[in-house]
Amino acid sequence: MTSRIGVVTFPGTLDDQDALRAVRVAGAEPVPLWHRDKDLHQVDAVVLAGGFSYGDYLRAGAISRFSPVMETLIEQARAGMPVLGICNGFQILTEAHLLPGAMLRNNHLHFVCRDQKLRVENARTAWTSDYAPGQEISVPLKNMDGRYTADERTLDELEAEGRVAFRYLDGNPNGSLRDIAGITNAAGNVVGLMPHPEHAVEPLIGTGRTDGLGFFTSIIKKLVNA
Amino acid sequence: MARVVVDVMLKPEILDPQGQAVQRALPRLGFDGIADVRQGKRFELEVEGPVDDAALARIHEMAETFLANTVIEDFVVKVEEK
Repeated sequence: MTSRIGVVTFPGTLDDQDALRAVRVAGAEPVPLWHRDKDLHQVDAVVLAGGFSYGDYLRAGAISRFSPVMETLIEQARAGMPVLGICNGFQILTEAHLLPGAMLRNNHLHFVCRDQKLRVENARTAWTSDYAPGQEISVPLKNMDGRYTADERTLDELEAEGRVAFRYLDGNPNGSLRDIAGITNAAGNVVGLMPHPEHAVEPLIGTGRTDGLGFFTSIIKKLVNA
Repeated sequence: MARVVVDVMLKPEILDPQGQAVQRALPRLGFDGIADVRQGKRFELEVEGPVDDAALARIHEMAETFLANTVIEDFVVKVEEK
């Protein structure tokens, strides 16, 4: 049976269509989910896509975090359902406390939009198993509030448990502590990152590379073998 | 109607580049002698009914769960006398 992967649309989400497309390109069935609908429609995994949900009002992700769909999602994620948060999706996951820490305004106060080199530090999560540990990939990065922050104890804990999933290479684009581009929860089912793998799944567009496809093939393998 | 103000500030250890940018602009504009600037948010809540302990406890809960992200921010709740 084909895996069903949902992508949530909030008011102000921008990258839901690309995320749905990436799911299809990887070989799963994309399922659009609506923020006001509590029902996850029997999906096996969920992607929270990038954009500016609720205009980033209050704080990025702070209002979306309380939408009806999130109630079910938080409950399911705690029970083990795989969830990937990209950019604004990552911000929503930290606001929902499914991932520790918080996102702040880039330290130089400029919007960043460029291809970003990353190192996959943890290739054991539900979303990264198709990468080799330490593999270097390049995917687009575009954000205003990308500076990952947590207290020293949390950072040490993340490092010790191998939960820093991705690190920026060739220069830190936003002042993220310890060059952190993305993290995972302890169980490895909830992963968040600022760069955009869903924009790098086809050779025809973007960087001309398909370095982001591994996120989606990883989760499909995981679901098929479950 | 009573007004309750919630002030939200980044914690002291968190870098505030917006505040720094404001501080750096000050001498250029002729405002000298400001050593540091931190930028925060102020919420003015018009409360229906009495601002008693129960109402303040609810506002405190609101600030903690929604108005502030206590991972990075501190908040203060104040009742404004009119």
